[in-house]
Parts: sequence; C-alpha cells; structure tokens
Amino acid sequence: MRGTVLGPVWAWLLAFVGLPAIVLAVIALAQPADGVPPYELGAGFDDLATVFTDPYYRDAFLASLRVSAICSALCLLIGYPMALAIARSAPARRPLLLLLVMLPFWTGFLLRVAAWVGLLRDDGWINAALLALGVIDAPLPLLHTDGAMIVGIVYAYLPFMVLPLEARLARADPALEQAAADLGAPPWRVFLRVTWPLSLPGVAAGLVLVFVPVMGEYVIPELLGGPGSMTMGRVIWTELFDNHDWPMAASLALVLTGLLLLPALALRAAPPNRA
Amino acid sequence: MLRRGIGRSERFRSPARMVGSGRIAIGGSMRFRTRLGVALSLLAFLAVLPLRAPAATEARVVNVYNWSDYIDPEALKRFERETGIRVQYDVYDSLETLEGKLLAGHSGYDVIVPTAQPTLARLIKSGGVQKLDRAKLPHFAGLDPDLMKRVSGADPGNLYGAIYLWGSTGLGIDPRKIAALAPDARLDSWDLLFDPANAKRIAPCGITMMDSAIDVIPTVLHILGKSPDSTDPADLAAVEARLRAIRPYIRNFDNGGAIEEMASGAACLVFDYSGDVIQAKARAEEARQGVTLRYVAPREGAQLSFDMLAIPKDAPHPTEALAFIDFILTPDVMAGITNKVSYPNAVPASRKMVREEIADDPGIYPSAAALAGFFTVGPVAPAAERARGRMWARFKAGQ
Repeated sequence: MRGTVLGPVWAWLLAFVGLPAIVLAVIALAQPADGVPPYELGAGFDDLATVFTDPYYRDAFLASLRVSAICSALCLLIGYPMALAIARSAPARRPLLLLLVMLPFWTGFLLRVAAWVGLLRDDGWINAALLALGVIDAPLPLLHTDGAMIVGIVYAYLPFMVLPLEARLARADPALEQAAADLGAPPWRVFLRVTWPLSLPGVAAGLVLVFVPVMGEYVIPELLGGPGSMTMGRVIWTELFDNHDWPMAASLALVLTGLLLLPALALRAAPPNRA
Repeated sequence: MLRRGIGRSERFRSPARMVGSGRIAIGGSMRFRTRLGVALSLLAFLAVLPLRAPAATEARVVNVYNWSDYIDPEALKRFERETGIRVQYDVYDSLETLEGKLLAGHSGYDVIVPTAQPTLARLIKSGGVQKLDRAKLPHFAGLDPDLMKRVSGADPGNLYGAIYLWGSTGLGIDPRKIAALAPDARLDSWDLLFDPANAKRIAPCGITMMDSAIDVIPTVLHILGKSPDSTDPADLAAVEARLRAIRPYIRNFDNGGAIEEMASGAACLVFDYSGDVIQAKARAEEARQGVTLRYVAPREGAQLSFDMLAIPKDAPHPTEALAFIDFILTPDVMAGITNKVSYPNAVPASRKMVREEIADDPGIYPSAAALAGFFTVGPVAPAAERARGRMWARFKAGQ
C-alpha cells in the first residue's frame, strides 16, 4: 500500500532528478570535441579532478557560498519579523497578508530582476532621485556591484523564507507563550525560550529554500552583479557557452549538486517536529 | 538556460512587432548585443502582446535567427509579400548564444548569421552548417570578390556562407571630452585606450570595454606586434599584463548598452564595433545634448569581422532558407538594410542606393588604403581558446 502511494514520488525523482544526474555524469566523463553536440563519450576523470584542484573553480564555489550565506542570513533577518507579524495577525487578515507576500510571483521573475536594473542604473530612479534632491553630485555606481546582486537575490528569495516560517509560527500553540509569560518570563525570554525553538523547523526549511537555489543562481549575478562576482552559475555558463566545454560544465554542475545535498541531509537530520 | 528560453519565445514575434517592442524595451537602441537587451525586448513583448498562434494552414515558413537590431523590418515584410513565405524572426545578442543553440542540435532555425571567425569556421568543422546551393542563389555572384576572399580563411572556397554585413572593431570616442582631459593624446591610435597614462587621464569621463574576449584579445595581440591568432602562453601573458595595466580605469564592461552609454554621454571612450558607435553617434545627434561622437579605426590596424548568412545542417526548411538568403542579397534590399543599421554590406551594386552620409562615412565604408591595414583572425585551438576565456574572466574580475 505504502509502495503504491510512494510510487509516483519515486517515479518523479527518477525522471527529474536521477536521469538528469546520470546524463550530467555521462557528459562530465566525456571529452570536448568539434561536433554536434560538442563532446565525445569517454571515461575521463580529469574535469572532475580539475573542479577540486583548480583555484578558479574553488574561488567561484567560495564566492557562491559567501553570497548564499549572506543572502540566507538577510532573508532570515527580514523574513522572521514579517512571518511573525503575519502569523499573529487577525485570522481574517492572514490570507490577505500571505497573498501580498506571494503577489510578486504574479510577475515574471526576469521582469522583476530587470526592474532592479531600471532602479539601480546610473540614470535610474534611485540616482535620479538622489541627484534631484541634491544628496549627491554624480550618480552612485549602484548597478553591477555585489551590493546590487545581494539586494536582488534577497528581494527575489524573501517569499521562500517567509512562507515556511509563517506556516510554522502560525501552527505553534499560543497557550505555550501565554504560559511562559504568566510564569514571569519577559517578552524577549518568551521569544528565545519558546517562540524561536518552536519555529526552528520553519527556519531550517526557509534557509534551505533560499540557500540551495542561490548557490546555483545565474540570472541575478549576471544582470545585477559586477564582473568580479563570478559565482558558480556564471562559471558554469562560461564553460558551456563561451568555452564550449560541456564536460567541464557538467562536472561543475554535478559537483555543485552533490555538495548541495549536504544541507538537505542536514535538514533531515535536524530535530524532528515536536509541536 | 535563460537565453534559451528567451530565444524560443521570441520566435512568435512578427517582424514589425519585433522592432517595435525592441525599441520600447531598450530605449530606441538599434543594435544591442546584450543579454539584457534581448531579455528586455522579450519582456516588453510579453507585456504588451499576446503570443501568436501558429498558422493552422500549411503555410511556408522560414525561421531566421539573427543578431538583435540588425535588419530592416521593411525587408522582411517585402519578402513575405513577394514570396508568401512567412518569416519567423528571432534574435540573439551574442555568438555564444547562437553557438550554444546550434551545438546542442535541432535548433529549428533555417537561416543563421554567425560571424565568419570563429563561429562559422567552428560550425563548418563540427558539421553544424550545410553547403549553399549556388544554383538557387543567383545574387551570390553580386558579392564583392575581394571581401569574399577575406572570409575564405574561415570558409575555404566560400562554400558555406555569404557575407551579410561587416565592420571593424575600434574605438568610439567623444573627442571634445577626451581633449579636455588628455589634450596631447592621439585620437587615432590604440594608445588612447591601451596606454595606462592616457587611460588614467580619460577615466573620469568614462571608459567602457566590450565584454568580448574574441574581439579584444586579438586586437591587443596585434598592437603588441604578435599574430592576432597567437596561442603562445607568453603572448597571452603579455596581453594580460597590457590589459591589467588599464583595468583600474575601465568603468564598465559592455554588458548592456555601450550604445546608450555613448549616446547619453556616460562614456567617452569605448572599445566597440564600428556599427554600434555609428548608431550611438546618430542617436546623440538626435538627442542634441551636446554629445559628439566619432568612430576611429586606429592607425595601427583594426580587426575586420564579417557576419555570414548560413544554413544549419538540420534546417527544417532549406529551400525557403535559400530563397531568403537570395532575397537579402538583392542590391536594393541590401541597401535598405545598410541604411537602417549603418553597417556596410558586401554587394557593390547596392552602394549607389545607400544614403550618402553612410556611403561616404570612412568609419562605415573605409577607403581601400585603410582596409589594407585591417586584419582578420584565424582559428584558435580549443585549449588556447579556453586559456583566453580564463584570462578574460580574471581580467574582468580585476583579481
């Protein structure tokens, strides 16, 4: 019985996770060549080894790790108060507030990122406003910087942090907090000892939902980031399109996927749901 | 992935709408070789237009894949009118995008416009394009034999490609602003950009570098007195040293809008394609903001590049593709395209129909003497190409 229920899940995993991983592995072991497609099958482990030994790729990985960590932390910092406020709002207003969090999804992702280009460019709205107000004399270089990239990523991924957090916080029994308060705990202690620990599974889910996709993010670093922000997504793109080195690109993607399983496994090992 | 999605959806554009939406999205720029440009034009298109449903009847179709803002929309309309073949027109913003799609196979395109070197050469080698049937291309004979000879390094015997448009890669300059900062600098020399002393002085008014290793590296090799096709690691190291010396003074890499930057006066020294600079100049004159621009093909010699009309091996409509290419090579059609995009063509019979200010502009149609000093690039082995790509990434990052 359990098998039949889980059947579609396994089939889905096999079709959309397992098979692509196998295809990636086959290409990663191939050799680049002139042809359509541009590789010859083989069993060369050079590219996979290069991923680990070449500082160029290591730096790209560390750059992605750094961006992911910063953006996850910022999303948590901004998203937690939002989630808490929504979870504690009047039940009649909650659906509306949640809808507002999800509203950006009604607009295409690319369009929303491109909108930031319009805001941040030298003759964009932000610089135009600051110039008009006399705050600055020359446009600030905002676009194509690490800061622009991080703002864009936090903006785009914030809902993925707020939604699981809110779901978790809304499910916590308010009686527990009331009990803590009745027993004399000040609000900050109620938060640290009751609210925060109860929300941890939501925090973990939100962090994974932000951290993992940002590690491979290509669009936002490409459109908003500077030439120095060579993240994994951009490096894979460069290998695939600029260098026509599909095996190298596949090796990078495979290693990245493998490394990203770690936080997912960590989440699995996290304390089980106690509420 | 991003670009693939964009390209696919844009195929539903009709030619007239293509230009319209491109204009809306990118503020009127004519040829915008950027990811962002393509992304924005697609977005603008999606925002205002419904997708056109594929025709139910067995209408004849040709799927054309060309550089963005690189056509006269009138030519497409006329072709549809005269032949009854519907044009599904799609654009790319970089050779990498084109090649990425072609190398994956089954691109679905019938006519593509790769640059002779490296892209067409590589596609010939990898079997990605098919030979042109000259019997079906009566206008092929109208191509300038001297120019066709220049592309025979990439396409021996001119079997696979017909020149669409061509140009050189040089400097876009705002002479007044540069003269104010570096009065003694020669405006007709690569030293204007590649001498750090000049770059440092000019930096305050904005230096933009084209984000294209395949254009910049051969030029720097040429300036250093090496072969533009050199793959010697020592030569590459010399190029890197030369580039790094000016890296601090480069404000931007052309990731989106050298034309706009020049036209708006945000940049006063730009490494760019001749046609881009000439388009920026026209726009600056329209805007009347006091920005004066000039294209310079430096006296040390500039790289010539040729964009070629070619047919992918697995083109679904090869007959229609040949009809389209022959139509494009018609002198009056070619003249219309040159008039629209300010790039020279290779059909001498079109010259008398090209507007005077374009035909007589030495930045567009260089004199025979100037042309002799220009260079073209040859093929580069994949390993060396990767080394170039790496070096370029390091240079851009300024690490």
